[in-house]
Amino acid sequence: MSSRDRDWDGARLHVVTGKGGTGKTTVAAALALALAAEGGRVLLVEVEGRQGIAPLFGVPPLSYEERRVAAAGRGEVRALSVDAEEALVEYLDLFHGLRRAAGALRRFGAVDFVTAIAPGARDVLLTGKVSEAVRRRSRPGGPHVYDAVVLDAPPTGRIARFLDVTAAVSGLARVGTVRDHADQVREVVHSAETVVHFVTLLEEMPVQECLDGIAELRALGLNVGGVLVNKVRPALLEDSVLTAAAGGVVDVDALARGLQAAGLPEPDGLARRLSGEVVEHARHVRMEREARERLAAAARPCYDVALLEEGVDLAGLHRLAESLRAQGAV
Amino acid sequence: MSPGGAPVLDVDALLDDPATRIVVCCGSGGVGKTTTAAALALRAAERGRHAVVITVDPARRLAQSLGLTELDNTPRRVPGTEGDGSLHAMMLDMKRTFDETVAANADAEKAAQIFDNPFYQALSSSFAGTQEYMAMEKLGQLRRSDEWDLIVVDTPPSRSALDFLDAPKRLGRFLDGRLLRFLGSPARSGPLRLIGAGLGLVTGVVARVLGAQLLRDVQSFVGAFDSVFGGFQERAEQTYRLLQAEGTAFVVVAAPEQDALREASYFVDRLSAERMPLAGLVLNRTQHVLAPDLSAARASAAAEALETAGEHPLAAAVLRLHTGRVRRRDRERRLRDRFAAEHPEVGMVEVPARPEDVHDLDALREIGRALGGSDSAG
Repeated sequence: MSSRDRDWDGARLHVVTGKGGTGKTTVAAALALALAAEGGRVLLVEVEGRQGIAPLFGVPPLSYEERRVAAAGRGEVRALSVDAEEALVEYLDLFHGLRRAAGALRRFGAVDFVTAIAPGARDVLLTGKVSEAVRRRSRPGGPHVYDAVVLDAPPTGRIARFLDVTAAVSGLARVGTVRDHADQVREVVHSAETVVHFVTLLEEMPVQECLDGIAELRALGLNVGGVLVNKVRPALLEDSVLTAAAGGVVDVDALARGLQAAGLPEPDGLARRLSGEVVEHARHVRMEREARERLAAAARPCYDVALLEEGVDLAGLHRLAESLRAQGAV
Repeated sequence: MSPGGAPVLDVDALLDDPATRIVVCCGSGGVGKTTTAAALALRAAERGRHAVVITVDPARRLAQSLGLTELDNTPRRVPGTEGDGSLHAMMLDMKRTFDETVAANADAEKAAQIFDNPFYQALSSSFAGTQEYMAMEKLGQLRRSDEWDLIVVDTPPSRSALDFLDAPKRLGRFLDGRLLRFLGSPARSGPLRLIGAGLGLVTGVVARVLGAQLLRDVQSFVGAFDSVFGGFQERAEQTYRLLQAEGTAFVVVAAPEQDALREASYFVDRLSAERMPLAGLVLNRTQHVLAPDLSAARASAAAEALETAGEHPLAAAVLRLHTGRVRRRDRERRLRDRFAAEHPEVGMVEVPARPEDVHDLDALREIGRALGGSDSAG
């Protein structure tokens, strides 16, 4: 690996959260590609059964089995969809040698009980599987199987509860083995090798949820990583033009002359209609700038993730990954 | 406006029809469900209905968009609406709703036992489905109270947009399930003895995994809850039937993006399978274009010509801006048309993206106008 200075060099577990609709799956995927670019093996994990990762990479739906989804430079990205039921069965097998009991457990509703109803147990199972992947070594004392794990985590509104597994189970399972399991998960989640990144859009509510989420995680003593600003569009107009346009003023005559010079028909009418687009755009940019200023309160490094006008595909993800590397994130 | 030839979702006809008593807004996270619900309720109120909107989001979203600083578990009158109708708004407090439901179904002593139980405390404040269950319970309560002639409900930001249909049933299944029956009366003899070996294994495993204390908490919870359970289950079923009844309309909200439309598509199929009455789809925050006669290709070529000549930088930049907007709109239309082709029976209405955030009644009114089809820019 090169010696260039990257912000999250020491991290091995990158948790990616964000308000619903901000595009955290896309950003998590780009981050995984960026981490793999210099020869690493990276695991990208989803935990909500949404199958959001597979379409981005153009692969069939993921299962509870780590599978290569992309090559990145000399490295590779594998992906996994963690299902709480299967994690429970695996857990029972690993810790209790009880794989065969799964059928009986399911029949009596115990699987449903543990994975869907017993408060907190589901989250411990999901984070438990992620922690296992982070700690896994090819042989005892050998190197880690994964150089990094990227978790496409639940949205900001639920992230603190999701990661704060100790609190989740301490009120309930005070002594069971799930409690021991939770303690191990806690160790991984709180370690210096884990960071939680926030994805946001430059809009009021996503920024508010981002700031609230950062404060909440800090209060829990978790490491807050960077803020990834998604769907950023290139600045096309000069600041003076934007300021005037946000106030409703556009130099329609100059615009019409330009349109005429470009050979477009009816330049005056066209200029008037286009100036309406400029005003809307300028107001949007003004709102985005206010949002960006508010983000500064978090005092975290911010990275821009460009809007992919044509939708997200593998080529687009590689461009985003390259840009994250160029910005020094990873 | 008939987007892409799909049938139109006539929102005003829906809101004006006195037979419409419940409108449920659903869709994946971040698509603008809460704002849409608030805009629908405001529009209905200003067209003469006595409407109440229930939001279940823990954030201050609805409070902000309604200009309110505080929403508790009680509907509050929204000031500043126009016309003869009225608008109330409330934010669901799931724990309080659960507590109130227990109190309404149990005698004081049993209720106190339930409130003291650690399992109940965790269940009522953190079980993944409780919010959904309680949203539906609250909907049922408001409907039975008959104080409003229209209830608009915003669904929780679930991991799956469908959780609000499934969670009540799952919780009901659990509360009524074999495991709990057994846990509630471990000493029972008779038929249970025949399957006792399997159950013994199961409780043994659950005890090892979660700890014996949890099992004891669950057992005492079930013991206390048993007397009120019948009431709970019956109400959940009533509410489910209420959702299927005439007078209920589901509105699916989606952003014009692949993920959101995929969820919407799944949702439409699921509602139909559950025989839930679907009113249609709101395609929210679409890109609109004010100069639709200028294509992306032509605008882009003109911008390039000006840039090459090094002249008229303003016009060149504005043409680039326009190119981006047209491309985005075209992509959204392709996604929309694909959805329409897959669901030719689903009515649709588009709400253009606003350049700025929504935090007052005027902005909600404008969204309401777009929902009513009278703002068909672009």
